[in-house]
Amino acid sequence: MISIKNVSKHYGTFQVLTDCTTSVNKGEVIVVCGPSGSGKSTLIKCVNGLEPFQSGEIVVDEISVGDPKTNLSKLRSRVGMVFQNFELFPHMSIIENLSIAQVKVLGRSPDEARDKGSKLLDRVGLSAQAQKYPGQLSGGQQQRVAIARALAMDPICMLFDEPTSALDPEMVNEVLDVMTELAQEGMTMMCVTHEMGFARRVANRVIFMDQGKIVEDDSKDVFFDNPRSERAQQFLAKILHH
Amino acid sequence: MYEFDWSSIPGALPYLWQGMQVSLQITFIAVIFGIVWGTILAMMRLSSFPVLSWFAAGYVNLFRAVPLVMVLLWFFLIIPHLLESLLGFPRGSDMRLGSAIAGFALFEAAYYSEIIRAGIQSVSKGQMAAASALGMTYGQSMRLVVLPQAFRNMVPLLLTQGIILFQDTSLVYVSALADFFGAAYKVGDRDGRLVELLLFAGAVYFVICFAASQLVRHYQKKLKTA
Repeated sequence: MISIKNVSKHYGTFQVLTDCTTSVNKGEVIVVCGPSGSGKSTLIKCVNGLEPFQSGEIVVDEISVGDPKTNLSKLRSRVGMVFQNFELFPHMSIIENLSIAQVKVLGRSPDEARDKGSKLLDRVGLSAQAQKYPGQLSGGQQQRVAIARALAMDPICMLFDEPTSALDPEMVNEVLDVMTELAQEGMTMMCVTHEMGFARRVANRVIFMDQGKIVEDDSKDVFFDNPRSERAQQFLAKILHH
Repeated sequence: MYEFDWSSIPGALPYLWQGMQVSLQITFIAVIFGIVWGTILAMMRLSSFPVLSWFAAGYVNLFRAVPLVMVLLWFFLIIPHLLESLLGFPRGSDMRLGSAIAGFALFEAAYYSEIIRAGIQSVSKGQMAAASALGMTYGQSMRLVVLPQAFRNMVPLLLTQGIILFQDTSLVYVSALADFFGAAYKVGDRDGRLVELLLFAGAVYFVICFAASQLVRHYQKKLKTA
C-alpha cells in the first residue's frame, strides 16, 4: 500500500531524513516513534506530499508521490490525514467541516455529503455537535471530528501525526479508542505517536527513528521485548518508566 | 470680530449633496477595486514564483513611497492623454472622475494588499496543510479555507482604511472635480463665505467618519466575543 524507498530530505545543509526505507501493507497498523526532532512527522508528511523530499521514492497505491507528473491533490483526497492540532476549519460548522471536501473535491451532492458526514459523526459519538463550531468543542471532540472528516473521503489509508500530543490527558483515550476501533476494522494506518500502550495493543509493527534515520523496524513484540539498538532501549526505558 | 453668516448653506445643499455623491462613489468603487487588486497583489507577494512576488513588492513599495496627491495628478494629467492617443478616445473628453477613481484604486490597493497579506499570514499554516490533505487544490484551499478566515480577521482594518480613503477623496480638488469638499469650496468662494463652508464641510466629514469608526469598533467587539 505504502512503500518508502531510500528517502532523504534536507533543509539547506540540515539533514532531516537520511535514507529511510520501509513499507506499510494493506490492513497493517504501523506506529512511528522516536525522540522529538527525529524526523518522524516529516516522514509521514512526505507520504502524502505535504513535505517535498529530494531523493528516494515513495509509492502510495502504485502512484509515485515524488513524480512531478503526479496529481498530488487527487492522491491526497484518497489518503486521510489527522494533525496534532486538529486543524478543523473554525469558520465552518462541524457538519460543514465534514462535507466541504466531499462536495468540492469528490463532487458529491451536498445532501449525500451531509448524510455521510452525519453517519461518521455518529460513529465517533458526536452527532449532537453537528451544528456547533469547532471552537465550542473540547480538544478530544475536535480530534474525533478531524478523524471523521478524513474518513468521510473514504480513504485507502490513514496517516496520524501525533494525534494526541496536543490533548489534555483525560481526553487522550477517547481519541485512541476511535483509532483502535478503526484499526480493528482493518484500516491501513501509519501513526506517529508516543502512546506506547496504543502501540502495544494495536500496532503490527513499530518503527523507531532517531536523527532522521529509521533505527528499528520490527514487529511490536520484538520492539518492546528485545529492541536491538541501544538508542531504542534508552528511549523505551525513559518513556515506559517515568 | 468676524461675523458668521450661514445663509448661503441651505440654498447650496442640493449642489453639496451632488458633491457628496461623487465622494461616496469614488470611495466605494476604489475600496472594492482596491480590495480585489490588493488581494491579488497579496497572493502574488506570498507566491513562491519570484517574478510575481518581486512585482508585487515593487508595486507596493512604489505606491507607499509617493504622496497620494501626486498619484492623483499623474492620473489626472497623464492617463487621459494616453487614452486619447492609444485608444482613440475623443479629445478633451472629461475623464476626471474616471482618472480619480483609477488613481485611488491603484494607490489604495498597495495599502490593502499589506493588510490582506498580514491577514493571510495570520491564518495558521496548518489550515492550508489540512485543506491540501483533504485533496483541495491551492486555489480551493485559499478560497474556501484561508481567505474567509483572513478576511474575517481583517474586516475592521479594511473598513478603517475605507474611512481614511473617504477623507482622502477631498484631494481630488487638484483636478477641479466637484466632490463634497470641492463643492463646498466653490460655494464658499462664490459667496465670499469660505470660512463657514469649510467649517460646515469639516463638521460633515467628522460626523460621517466618527459614526463609521464607531460602527467598526462595535463590529470589532462582536468579533472578539464570537
